[in-house]
Amino acid sequence: MADNNSKAAQYWSTNLRLILGSLVVWAFVSYGCGILFRPLLSGISVGGADLGFWFAQQGAILSFIGIIFFYAWRMNKLDKEMGLEE
Amino acid sequence: MSLDLLTYIFIGGSFALYIGIAIWARAGSTKEFYVAGGGVPPVANGMATAADWMSAASFISLAGIVSFIGRDGAAYLMGWTGGYVLLAMLLAPYLRKFGKFTVPDFVGDRYYSSTARTIAVICTIVISFTYVAGQMRGVGIVFSRYLHVDIETGVVVGMVIVFFYAVLGGMKGITYTQVAQYCVLILAFMVPAIFLSMQVTGHFLPQTGLGATLDSGKSVLTTLNELSVELGFAEYTQGNKTTIDMFFMTAALMCGTAGLPHVIVRFFTVPRVKDARVSAGWALIFIAILYTTVPAVAGFGRVNLIETINGQDNTGVEYTQMPAWFKNWEESGLIAWTDKNGDGKVFYSAGNAFENGKPSFIEGTGDHGERLTANPTANSSEVYVDRDIMVLANPEIANLPDWVIALVAAGAVAAALSTAAGLLLVISTSIAHDLMKKTINPNITDKQELRYARLAAIVAIIIAGYFGINPPGFVAQVVALAFGLAASSVFPVIIMGIFSTRMNTQGAVAGMIVGLVSTIAYIVYFKFMGGTADQWFFGISPEGFGTVGMILNFVVAMTVATLTPAPPQEIQHIIEDIRIPRGAAEAQVH
Repeated sequence: MADNNSKAAQYWSTNLRLILGSLVVWAFVSYGCGILFRPLLSGISVGGADLGFWFAQQGAILSFIGIIFFYAWRMNKLDKEMGLEE
Repeated sequence: MSLDLLTYIFIGGSFALYIGIAIWARAGSTKEFYVAGGGVPPVANGMATAADWMSAASFISLAGIVSFIGRDGAAYLMGWTGGYVLLAMLLAPYLRKFGKFTVPDFVGDRYYSSTARTIAVICTIVISFTYVAGQMRGVGIVFSRYLHVDIETGVVVGMVIVFFYAVLGGMKGITYTQVAQYCVLILAFMVPAIFLSMQVTGHFLPQTGLGATLDSGKSVLTTLNELSVELGFAEYTQGNKTTIDMFFMTAALMCGTAGLPHVIVRFFTVPRVKDARVSAGWALIFIAILYTTVPAVAGFGRVNLIETINGQDNTGVEYTQMPAWFKNWEESGLIAWTDKNGDGKVFYSAGNAFENGKPSFIEGTGDHGERLTANPTANSSEVYVDRDIMVLANPEIANLPDWVIALVAAGAVAAALSTAAGLLLVISTSIAHDLMKKTINPNITDKQELRYARLAAIVAIIIAGYFGINPPGFVAQVVALAFGLAASSVFPVIIMGIFSTRMNTQGAVAGMIVGLVSTIAYIVYFKFMGGTADQWFFGISPEGFGTVGMILNFVVAMTVATLTPAPPQEIQHIIEDIRIPRGAAEAQVH
């Protein structure tokens, strides 16, 4: 039981780290590149507008898909490694 | 074959398909009715979620919004997709493991409180009704424009169809119908978009077409920027909104999306926890196909529109030279022109051409045959163009064959019906399961509960239909409310329920009430009581205030929770249990 508990705690803290990392990328591509850092990216031109515009209208959405599948892949692997899968 | 006949064939054919699926997928138990028996494969669930999520607003209005506000439209593009990342990591897997039917189920059990459950039920019902009224209206509008029947008749036909598969099939019927509806709506959106992209830029993919160069040697976006500035608009790629408002609005839409009950409930229908994670990814792929096409349709549509109306030299074109679509949509009231400078030329520029932003038509026609209006403004802008035209009139503007127009009509109906059905199911589940079974009379049998659920679905359809026929004037304004409420009440309370073992009833209830009251008060003040933009709190618009309400909810809940006793031991066990996937199969049986 004690072993199970520490395993669950380890599983949870790994999950939290993974979530935190993913959320940083999530916020960077949307709030960062799309909104806050846009002035910094104004020099980089993509298809007639700046990189920030591309992130806000397309890049962020494509990145979101990547983040979800990366997270799902890592977590499914973690489930198996720790023997906690269904 | 005439356009009317084609449209009847396309819409009629799609309806026959939906009804056929509904009969095939009838629900026999509450579990099938509420969560499709928990056995929907993740890809199918992703597709159903995408159809459920993309409403008449996404299909008809989003491209128009982006087209007219340019860069500011990104708040919607990012806001309505970014929420899926939150769902996949912070909500879906744990709620699936928890293994019940509804959001109030989770709130009530996790916070061991019927007060918390009741507040969650109220939020769920308010959010869902706000949303569903607009969908029924959307069905009515499409019917009236393409099939020339009354809006009322259109709404009633829509009600009968939804009745069929929502009441008969429950979640099971809805899910498989939504898979079909997704296919119809995405085809209907992509076909004209691809045609348009080929015509304007020569690119097959609209997504890359947006960055392409036109015959003039300039890119689409540069052309748009130059045209916009010349006509007195803000530069297309710059927009008007302040950075802080963009930030808060995007956050409110993201967290609101993740907190919408009809989206969350979709993740109860997959077989395993790992399917819930991946399913959110599939849903986003299917949504992104439309959402990444939207900016392209918006850009091409705007260039086409300005060049058609103002001509190549950007000084205006004779009204008598306008193409047929201009006059067709003037007939439906989505376009209006008034000859302010008396030169007989249509000229489109910045500023409202009509008082209050919308033309009010009067009987009779003017010197050139245009419809007369009662309320032109004093500025030089002569044309009113409804945003919805960017999608609805696209096939005509681009001279596409009639079958494409019929397809767009069927797609718009599919988008509205699929969302309406998902919402109606959430309403009926909340009433039958959370109110009847869990609060009022726990002794009813599965059969009785199923009967209540069907009855509640019927009542909800009738109320939604009533709002569709007699739309309250505030439908457009209250959409902000639906997202604000979801972001400021449902979303934080679920997150804290999963990620904090210390969060207790007192904290959750206090947080939800503060989040709800502050958000409702702010939106009501600025939308209905005449509050003006210079009074906005830190320049945050009502659409973005859900984020502030959410922060208040978190802060109040955590403060109250530290001052009151920790939740009992068995609740702590529930939390530990939902955090790991193992054992989810047993949790299904209850």
